[in-house]
Amino acid sequence: MSSRALIFDHSRPGRTAKAQHPQGTEAQVPSHLRRKRRPMLPEVSELQAVRHYTKLSQLNFSIDTHFYPLGSCTMKYNPRACNQLAMLPEFLARHPLAPASTGQGFMACMYELQEMLKEVTGMKGVSLTPMAGAQGEFAGVAMIRAYHRSRGDLARTQIIVPDAAHGTNPATATMCGCTVVEIPSLPNGDIDLEALEKAVGPQTAGIMLTNPSTLGVFERRIQEVAKIVHDAGGLLYYDGANLNAILGKVRPGDMGFDVIHMNLHKTFSTPHGGGGPGSGAVGVNERLLPFMPIPIVGKEGDRYRWLDERDLPQTIGRLSAFMGNAGVLLRAYVYMRMLGRAGMQRVAEFAALNANYLFARLQQEGFEAAYPGRRASHEFIITLKRQARELGVNAMDFAKRLLDYGFHAPTTYFPLLVPECLLIEPTETEAKEDLDAFVAALVAIQREAEQDAAKVKGAPYTLPVRRLDDVRAAKQLDLTYQPAAAAAAAS
Amino acid sequence: MSSIPADLKYLESHEWARLESDGTVTVGISDHAQSALGDLVFVEVPTVGQTVSKGAATAVVESVKAASDVYSPVSGEIVAVNEALGGAPELVNQDPYGEGWLFKVKPSDTDELSQLLDAKAYEKVVEREAH
Amino acid sequence: MPFIPHTEADVAAMLQTIGVPSIDALFDEIPAALRTRALEGIPEALSEMEVARLLQERAQQDGRPLNFIGAGAYEHHIPAAVWAIVTRGEFYSAYTPYQAEASQGTLQLLYEYQTMMASLTGMQVSNASLYDGASALAEACLMAVRAHRKSKSAHILVPATLNPTYLKVARTITEGQNLKFDVLPYELKQGTTQRSSLDAYAGQDITAVVIQQPNFFGLLEDVDAITDWAHANNALVIAVVNPLSLAILKPPGEWGAKGVDIVVGDGQPLGVPLSSGGPYFGFMTTRMEHVRQMPGRIIGRTVDLDGKPGFTLTLQAREQHIRRSKATSNICTNQGLLVTAATIYMSLLGAEGLEQVAATCQQQTNKLVDALTKVRGVRLVFDGPRFHEAVLQLDRKVDDVLEKLARAGIVGGFDLSQQYPELGQALLVCATETRTDEDIKRYATTLAEVMQ
Repeated sequence: MSSRALIFDHSRPGRTAKAQHPQGTEAQVPSHLRRKRRPMLPEVSELQAVRHYTKLSQLNFSIDTHFYPLGSCTMKYNPRACNQLAMLPEFLARHPLAPASTGQGFMACMYELQEMLKEVTGMKGVSLTPMAGAQGEFAGVAMIRAYHRSRGDLARTQIIVPDAAHGTNPATATMCGCTVVEIPSLPNGDIDLEALEKAVGPQTAGIMLTNPSTLGVFERRIQEVAKIVHDAGGLLYYDGANLNAILGKVRPGDMGFDVIHMNLHKTFSTPHGGGGPGSGAVGVNERLLPFMPIPIVGKEGDRYRWLDERDLPQTIGRLSAFMGNAGVLLRAYVYMRMLGRAGMQRVAEFAALNANYLFARLQQEGFEAAYPGRRASHEFIITLKRQARELGVNAMDFAKRLLDYGFHAPTTYFPLLVPECLLIEPTETEAKEDLDAFVAALVAIQREAEQDAAKVKGAPYTLPVRRLDDVRAAKQLDLTYQPAAAAAAAS
Repeated sequence: MSSIPADLKYLESHEWARLESDGTVTVGISDHAQSALGDLVFVEVPTVGQTVSKGAATAVVESVKAASDVYSPVSGEIVAVNEALGGAPELVNQDPYGEGWLFKVKPSDTDELSQLLDAKAYEKVVEREAH
Repeated sequence: MPFIPHTEADVAAMLQTIGVPSIDALFDEIPAALRTRALEGIPEALSEMEVARLLQERAQQDGRPLNFIGAGAYEHHIPAAVWAIVTRGEFYSAYTPYQAEASQGTLQLLYEYQTMMASLTGMQVSNASLYDGASALAEACLMAVRAHRKSKSAHILVPATLNPTYLKVARTITEGQNLKFDVLPYELKQGTTQRSSLDAYAGQDITAVVIQQPNFFGLLEDVDAITDWAHANNALVIAVVNPLSLAILKPPGEWGAKGVDIVVGDGQPLGVPLSSGGPYFGFMTTRMEHVRQMPGRIIGRTVDLDGKPGFTLTLQAREQHIRRSKATSNICTNQGLLVTAATIYMSLLGAEGLEQVAATCQQQTNKLVDALTKVRGVRLVFDGPRFHEAVLQLDRKVDDVLEKLARAGIVGGFDLSQQYPELGQALLVCATETRTDEDIKRYATTLAEVMQ
């Protein structure tokens, strides 16, 4: 059994990267509070650490190295300037609790970011503090709850969620102490308005919607949805996961939404970082302004200052120790300034062009659309249920084989209501020839599936590992390296 | 086609129930349910002595891709749980109606048993789901 | 067009394939009345050169004052290699490792991270991070309620010496779950939790007791006694710790007779820059018996089809994308990039390096206290054993003094007078290994001038 070395395998007693730390100081700790045994951290040289982690990085697929059409995740190019400018030494060194007088430059960027996000979403207020989309959702639902409570309307504890929603929506509603009511989607992908009308009532706190939906189509009757929910006394929450599809084309505020979160790591191109940090700024309309999470940057004359509990006594409170993922916010700010007014509108245009082109090409090649006859938004779904039934090759097999062809797989098995689905989102930053190459790969895999299904089912072959045993991973939990166990296994 | 023993009672949510000679009711999940879930990796059973009501989420079965609540078909007190599943959740996959049972309830109202589906009715539920 | 590769010929060919006359036609499902005309509030685009100039000017406007604040975020030296590797595109621009085969780099790194954090905290398992230390405490409280099945009260005791913002965040995030927080007072002379205040809760149904070590004042709490009290009263223990301090302080897994149940904290001291408060990362470790109640991503080692070891996300059935409304948390991202930094940082320093950094922080803080308390009108409030922060009391308004120091290029500490009015005009100061003897002297001299 060959195995890639862990950093601990390079470790030798007494070896350290000496240049990286001070030396010769004794800590003064009373004996009963002192650490007796050193933690198991690697003892390696600087080069060993650099080489080990550089090699690990090379095992990853990433936007910088591969086409990454992961639906609902908006894996677009992360401009390098955003990173470099957010990492200017003065920005990195600024302590979050330093007086506002020493942070006017940083706060100017944050204030302008708030203003730009208001404009592009059509909302009246923005708070930048939520640290990820899910925390933005939490803030949104908490504000809806706080709003009803402030009016003495205590019965409104139900959140309506379409069946196609991201799993975070129902999880968030539960976390906020609400109960969840699911409503179905029609075969054409729109919400079932009859079911919605039946679901609303004096118990309705609000509805959480993604538009375009996770089915890759625009909810055409959004104004009717808004009217039904508002007439029943509920509020509308906009899940900004798919904001890239409509940026500068239609604004959530104009559609009738009362509160939204934006995934800055999707639409505004901050890095995904192997799973984070994200950033989930929230926007609100007039009636939710008093409830926004703090802190927020305010402006008085030409000075910026933090708004806190004293300025917003009805705030839902704080979501992070300081002000959220400030460095991520700076990256989003740089990105928005580089796009500018016209560039912001181009995002949705070219995201839609790429998605609809890829959608058309794949249908030409015989792949089945889950929602035929609809415009793709910035993403679309194809279903491989026919291949699964006739060839025994399912969506996961196609996804794994795509890795061998040098493409990251699309999102698989989400949304849950479309069988054997691939949710494909190319984003606006991919060139036509890359989309064409992706089509060619899927066509080639289809041919392989017809001729030699086992080959596709055994994929991938060219990656650092082949398909992993998830059942074993969950049953025989191995979550930390145990040198004693490793030594016993080796002997 | 999954097996659906004729002598058991069922819930639409795929639990089975068997009235034992000592008056207790043994509960598990059906063959169809275990096969739809795939290889189970964890089973969370209730604690003995706990009271449950009919339809209450009482146990959880977990595979790599899904986690499902198991509802109690009857109200009553938990009198036994299948401790063997702690180390061997695969028993549910291998023998859903035997070694893979989940818990036993001492029913407070035996009439509730008659409200459950018989094998024929449950077979229709399974068929309907296939379409 | 910035970041868009399409040529005119591409656009024409693509529109033809789609069968529409224009890009605008792709938006024909959006009701016309809703369509946005122009975004007048957005400024015109800047080139990279122009935006660089703007950001540099703003950065220079803020400058680099000499910093003596800690209060939950600490300035440490970060080896150059750390961020050189972290910002490699393969780490920076990858996503959550859903396709394990194409993400072995991130996955193996996270497994190594879990190993390091478990060992550092003295616990059995670690998740792959949460958002930050404050939200990690909120998640730990919710987890304790799930994990402690015999407790029905959801009643949690927190010390007044806990970072006050952490408690605020925990209240915000758990608001919908009816948790009850009671605050334990501290000894006004010693600055550590009043042990006798626990007696009032003896025999009650308490779900968990929170202990912060070192506490918000930088002081060392009697962690063994509080842990044992909690366990004797059938409560779980949640430790909030600074990971760097664990190089020299007893790990929570060894507190009291049995060790604590859940450990959380902010990982920022491990290679993450201050950066105005984020992005940082929260960490969480626990006992194996509670692993299924732990929120956030967890990585496991397994084998592939050929029997070769590899890494994958595991225990995903706890998470929102499967459990939906019954998930342990709505969390779906972690702070992967920051964990990458921390893992490389810990590898470069090793146990000995971390120990040296921690010891030097402590030594420099002691020197700082000595130097500042020589200034007239400044006195030390608590003199018990500390890590790298201390509370000073001034004979005049702290915020005025801080503002004058700031004008002299010194960020002098955190004003405690709002959160702890009973301490009077109190200031929390911190010196890490990055503060030299000259820096300390400069602060003392300037403070003496300001307080003349």
